[in-house]
Amino acid sequence: MTTLAPEETRTSGLVWLAADVATITARNLRRLVRVPTLIVFATVQPVFFVVLFTYSFGGAVDPPGVQNYVDYLLPGIFVLAIAFGASQTGVAIADDLATGMIDRFRALPMTRSAVLAGRTLADAIRNLFVLGLMTGVGYLIGFRFQAGATAALAAIGLALLVGVAFSWANALIGLLVRNAEASGLAGLLVVIPLVFTSSTFVPVATMPGWLQAFAEVNPITVTVDALRALTLGGPAAEPAWQALVWIGAILVVTMPVAVLRYRRITAG
Amino acid sequence: MSGGAMAHPAIVAEGLVKRFGAVEALAGVDLEVAAGKVLGLLGPNGAGKTTMVRILATLLPPDAGTARVAGLDVVGQAAAVRRVVGLSGQFAAVDGYLTGRENLQMIGQLSGLGRTRARQRADELLDTFDLRAAADRVASGYSGGMRRRLDVAASLVAEPAVLFLDEPTTGLDPRGRIGVWRLVAELARQGTTVLLTTQYLEEADRLTDTIVVMDVGRVIASGTSDELKAQVGGDRLELEAAAGVDPSRLVAAVDGLGTEAPTRDPDTGRVVMPVHDGPQVLADVAAALAATGVGVAGVAIRRRSLDDVFLTLTGQRLPAEGADLVEIGGEQ
Repeated sequence: MTTLAPEETRTSGLVWLAADVATITARNLRRLVRVPTLIVFATVQPVFFVVLFTYSFGGAVDPPGVQNYVDYLLPGIFVLAIAFGASQTGVAIADDLATGMIDRFRALPMTRSAVLAGRTLADAIRNLFVLGLMTGVGYLIGFRFQAGATAALAAIGLALLVGVAFSWANALIGLLVRNAEASGLAGLLVVIPLVFTSSTFVPVATMPGWLQAFAEVNPITVTVDALRALTLGGPAAEPAWQALVWIGAILVVTMPVAVLRYRRITAG
Repeated sequence: MSGGAMAHPAIVAEGLVKRFGAVEALAGVDLEVAAGKVLGLLGPNGAGKTTMVRILATLLPPDAGTARVAGLDVVGQAAAVRRVVGLSGQFAAVDGYLTGRENLQMIGQLSGLGRTRARQRADELLDTFDLRAAADRVASGYSGGMRRRLDVAASLVAEPAVLFLDEPTTGLDPRGRIGVWRLVAELARQGTTVLLTTQYLEEADRLTDTIVVMDVGRVIASGTSDELKAQVGGDRLELEAAAGVDPSRLVAAVDGLGTEAPTRDPDTGRVVMPVHDGPQVLADVAAALAATGVGVAGVAIRRRSLDDVFLTLTGQRLPAEGADLVEIGGEQ
């Protein structure tokens, strides 16, 4: 009764990686629509961000060269919503560890990186939905893509990529912190200072000099600047490659470390 | 341990050592389970049972020693080991946001069953584990017993040759516990090798072919339930003389029927005699008493339980859990 039939034996690594990632992605997407917190993170929060920040900051902040504050704000809010949402990945991974799910997965003959890759892929799919929702709400209150369809698609693509980097970083946080609540908090504690010392809400030029120096190299600033150039028009190449370097750097560090950590970790 | 089955051990561990910082969770553990047998790893919290299971299920590498499962090295051939083992850990590890069916299908697909086969297998297991009615409800709404059943079902999706069950009945009500017992018996009947950990002596006594008793990272005894009971002595026959009857007459009447000479217990005044097999001796004793005409007020057989074994071996009492403390045998 116990021998596996030959066709069930895993031979081609990439095919099985894809199959396992697809299974784990499906698992996370199902959870996404069933867990109230996740629904709020994916729907209510992004809409609140767009509407609240547009009308509360819109009267006070008047960035140069922009007609409506929402045009300036939306690319920044894209990154903010994605970064906040990514903290839930750390929560989920830490939770899987505490409940023994990771032990269960690790005892299965599945690809070792699939649990993390599937989670981050599900995040990317959620982020695509979030970006669509925010764009829709933005359009209702005056936002317009102004640099053409190709640039708009590039903007969405870049936002998704930075989301993948955030997701892996938070997966690593979850594996290191091991506690769901602490992991969620740790994820936000990393993001909040970065967001508020970036060009998300206000132009970097309005900040004091010492802060400008930091803000200009802040990964959130370069990403938001690239998104802004791709949505509003303007030179996008420089901030875009800077953003890609940051995304690449975050992934090069977090992916192998997280996978290595996952392969060794056990509950208790 | 029955001799012939030793030829093809499904699980072999030799000198396993595992340290967590300054704590030595395993201090050189040897263990062997013949294919198709059920081994019970018995011990209190902190004995090293879970660490043992995690090493054998490839979740943890040992610091020293080797272990082979189905002939495969748990370190060097970990991936192959995972294809032949099933693990049900200490917690009921099911995804509370997925339905019972979705949980099992997911595990099936991750175990390398195709989509169709995973679906069939989920259906089979939902039936086996009496979860059909709840199959399409999310598992967070399940009772503790249902979650545990789903968890054990998940460990069986890929029809493992070797199954590890870490405290499978902890937190279950008596009905759920009996359900798991039946299942383990059935799996063993079908040829699955099972290693289960438990704190319940009664469970080890009922379910397992061999028992390994662990304490603070070491094996302190192993053998069948009967062998272990024999280590702390066999049954004891206790006789109480009728009013006005001299107990020494009682001693004389039953002398030679037990494994040792009968003695008078100075505290109770009863006549106590170690015997090999209480119920069998009882008939002889009754005949001897009738022949000599010595009157007795009571006859009792005290059987050794695994509880006695455990107390003798570890010098400590297990957390009380009802059934563990119930004496086997009694007034006849």
